[in-house]
Amino acid sequence: MIKACNLYKSFGEQAVLCGVNLEIQKGEAAVILGRSGSGKSVLLKHMAGLIQPDAGKIFIGDLEISSLNERELLEVRRQMAVMFQGAALFDSMNVGENIGFSLYREGKRSHSEIAKEIAGVLELVGLKGIESKWPADLSGGMKKRVALARAIIHKPSIIFYDEPTAGLDPIASDSIDKLIKRICEIRQVTTVVITHDMRTTQTIGEKVFMLHNGQIYLTATPKELFASTDPVVHNFVNGISDNKSNLT
Amino acid sequence: MVKHPHVVLSMNFLNNIKQIWQFFLEIISSINRGNWKTSDIISQIYAIGVRSQSVVMVTGVFTGLVLTAQTYFQFHKFGMDTMTLAVNSVAMASELGPVLAALMVTGRVGAAMAAELGTMKVTEQIDALRTLNTHPIDYLVIPRMAATTLAMPALVCEAVAVGILGGYLLAVHVLGIDPAYSWDNMVSMTHVSDILMGLIKGFFFGALISFIGCYKGLNCKNGAQGVGIATTDTVVVASIGILMLNFFLTLLLSKLLASL
Repeated sequence: MIKACNLYKSFGEQAVLCGVNLEIQKGEAAVILGRSGSGKSVLLKHMAGLIQPDAGKIFIGDLEISSLNERELLEVRRQMAVMFQGAALFDSMNVGENIGFSLYREGKRSHSEIAKEIAGVLELVGLKGIESKWPADLSGGMKKRVALARAIIHKPSIIFYDEPTAGLDPIASDSIDKLIKRICEIRQVTTVVITHDMRTTQTIGEKVFMLHNGQIYLTATPKELFASTDPVVHNFVNGISDNKSNLT
Repeated sequence: MVKHPHVVLSMNFLNNIKQIWQFFLEIISSINRGNWKTSDIISQIYAIGVRSQSVVMVTGVFTGLVLTAQTYFQFHKFGMDTMTLAVNSVAMASELGPVLAALMVTGRVGAAMAAELGTMKVTEQIDALRTLNTHPIDYLVIPRMAATTLAMPALVCEAVAVGILGGYLLAVHVLGIDPAYSWDNMVSMTHVSDILMGLIKGFFFGALISFIGCYKGLNCKNGAQGVGIATTDTVVVASIGILMLNFFLTLLLSKLLASL
């Protein structure tokens, strides 16, 4: 379903991705782990076609997307959705307009039909009846839920989550994790989660990729990840800092 | 290998030119595809045109007043009082009206465009748009460019009208110039070509302001600081651009409109 082949990306002198290879099957819930600044979000943006690689290829199904232009990518992105780290809600629109944005733009359905869809996804994410609120009036957890509602309203087959629980308290994080898991199961979508949260990894992940030094260092199940005796993996999973390593 | 600073500067310059050209081509492509919506343009005309009226009219009226006063002070020495309004009218219609209105719109609208789009860029709202099957050029740039380009000639008209009106009231009621001769001289000395020149300039200035504002906003970097830089750059580049473009448009239009 999603395949990255020998992906390279640098920003100026800084090499971020140095030959990333990974494959995620249809309907799979994959978690990409890594330290802050390891290039996880950059990798996600490559998979969503938001950044072009310096070298390497990305496949969505059989289609190679790394060579497509923005107009062609718009068509490919109809089957995808992205939930951004900061939610990225449009602050000039209320919650209802944010969630229904893509449907209003398409112009294929009546406003009452779209309003019903919006109410439905808001109920699914546990925020019934907040259509008229503004993003600025929402808490961090609510913003993420609204972003999730916006992501799923056009029924994508792939959903990318960029640090879905970053900046949330443990209870809010747990509810977001469970919500992602639920949506993954209900809608049978391919799920890719970028995180460094071990609880998220355990709750959602069926397959785990660990990004280290610009490459996929480990591909495993969550069980194998937590049982690993590899010092890099073990230190990361247990949050043990190495005094010799540079802070990133 | 360490590159020479001149090489780096030249490469950055060429890269910027390439980006600006690509941005221009994207706009042309978007116009041809027709993926933009008229309702977006109308709402931008309100935000850009209607809400800029007060700023532009205040600028126009005070420019007309000061131009009339200064012209009168000089012309009075030679007994040419009744030519004062003619000078005011021609200067306002062909030069001062469009240029000053454009400079005020740059400060109000160009800066706002860069700040708004820049903030959307750094908060990933532009990326969110792209993931919602919407091209940022179709949704953000075309409505702003169309609205500014269409609204500017109307704003120029207003600036010129209030400038002339203010000058007339000052000349007749304060400076004591004969109204009938002044009016007659003004009407006979102001040609259709002067008014057309102002309107055409307004059209091009509108396109320039919105192009620079949108380009700087969509290409801004480095968080809040980047938004600040994009905003400042927009005002500086667009203001200088207006003054330079005005010179070339004056030369070109004075030849093209000479027969009118």
